Amino acid sequence: MGNISGKYCIVGIGETLVGKRPDATTNSLHLEAIKACLDDAAVKNTQVDGLLTNQPLNDAHRSYAVKLAHMAGIDPLFATDLALGGATPIAMVQHAVMAIDAGMASTVVCVHARKRSTPDPTPGHPIRRGDEHWEEPWGHFAAAGGHAFAASRHMYEFGTRSEDLAEIAISTRKHASLNKNASMRKPITLEDHQNSRMIVAPLRLLDCSLESDGGGAVLVTSAERARDFPKKAVAILGMGQHHPHFSLLDAPTLTTLGGKRSSEMAYKMSGLGPKDMNFAQIYDCFTITSLITLEDYGFCKKGEGKDFVKNGRITIGGQLPLNTHGGLLSQAHLEGQLHITEAVKQLRRNEVEPERQVANAQVGIVSGHGGSLAMHATLILGAI
Amino acid sequence: MSKDERGRAPRRGEPYLDEPEAKPFWAACREHKLTAQRCSSCKRIFGFPPQALCPHCLATKHEWVALSGKGTVYSHIAYHRSWHPAYQDRIPYNVSLVDLPEGGRLVSNVIGCAPEEVKIGMPVEVVFEDFAEYTLPKFKPVK
Repeated sequence: MGNISGKYCIVGIGETLVGKRPDATTNSLHLEAIKACLDDAAVKNTQVDGLLTNQPLNDAHRSYAVKLAHMAGIDPLFATDLALGGATPIAMVQHAVMAIDAGMASTVVCVHARKRSTPDPTPGHPIRRGDEHWEEPWGHFAAAGGHAFAASRHMYEFGTRSEDLAEIAISTRKHASLNKNASMRKPITLEDHQNSRMIVAPLRLLDCSLESDGGGAVLVTSAERARDFPKKAVAILGMGQHHPHFSLLDAPTLTTLGGKRSSEMAYKMSGLGPKDMNFAQIYDCFTITSLITLEDYGFCKKGEGKDFVKNGRITIGGQLPLNTHGGLLSQAHLEGQLHITEAVKQLRRNEVEPERQVANAQVGIVSGHGGSLAMHATLILGAI
Repeated sequence: MSKDERGRAPRRGEPYLDEPEAKPFWAACREHKLTAQRCSSCKRIFGFPPQALCPHCLATKHEWVALSGKGTVYSHIAYHRSWHPAYQDRIPYNVSLVDLPEGGRLVSNVIGCAPEEVKIGMPVEVVFEDFAEYTLPKFKPVK
């Protein structure tokens, strides 16, 4: 079994405007993201031979990937929908690498879009997470609840406080304030966080991510072919996944998640470790998710996340800038699709507002996280 | 299944009483008995939700056994926002993950005390709340 590290690259990215897109539909946002990605890579739709997407959240049906491919004028040799919740965008890149490595495709677009801020008039059937009927009868309805269980337990085991989680919300908002394509750009303070209303205790409103409209896409090809593309290619250095439980009812623990083994695999594949990372785009559906993932990724010991996130360490200019685009908390919640495009922009350089550029960005790590804190996927990306 | 204004699945809020694997569980709850599946081969408790084969050894046979009704709070939260009309007047309310000593865990509510009085590690015991169509196991602090 060969190591794929460095053999495959991201050669194009697309991002739509995010936030409230009342005139868009789920379908139109996907197409917009694909077009932006192909334009960025300067390739024609007819040169793309693979497409991966997430199951559309508000209209689940068979093989949305095939529908989308043909809507976008792509005749795919390889296509499927993946269904790992917020771990899907990263998993798509991994599956693209595997398909190209297997000789089944050469140029694969990975796209995800979501319409969750304004109504989508397109008729359809929404997707369910699964096993809700073992939660809802007792009044447990929301992703905020599942993550509040993890926060409550982390606070119990390690003395983490709401004020520690606020550090992540404040730093992420600062980054969003510098990003023209972010939904929430007004800086916030510790006081704002502590005064924000309780949603599911111990999580407050400012611990929660946004409901957004928007989409993003990336184009994956081999390092050999990458030379033919106009923009700087970004190398895929490491990949990993781990899914240690499905529901809250079978989770062995809620304070160490799939990120531990997923990152171990990605580090091993890349020959790199936490100290080599110049930035981290860590899934932040809730502040607690990022805190746990930073620990699971080995940036600090388990339970020390509360100290790690202090004193500007996770802000641009600090030791490990976290979510330099504003993340799901303040830019937009598109299942982490824009964590990947942001990582690519940081590594290409000169593609973000100068105040947001991480100095000497050579290598970065990106995480995805889905379901009831159940699914996890990791990418390590590097400048060439 | 229609969707809400943001394209999300509707919140159901009730158990599926006729789910074949879970039917005996809900029937026992109706008689105020907390039960679980025990593998006839490895003798371990399946956990929840109920399923056809043993999740530990994949044996095909199991029996439903009565549990002690004791539990320990693994984690707890308090909903301050309602996602379902039935809960509008109940906020803030507790939801807990209750670990059962025999094996398995349930999402449930610790009742009979204020949400802020619920603690991780707290010993609790089952109580049953009857509704028109079904009965839910809930938990109260052990005095």
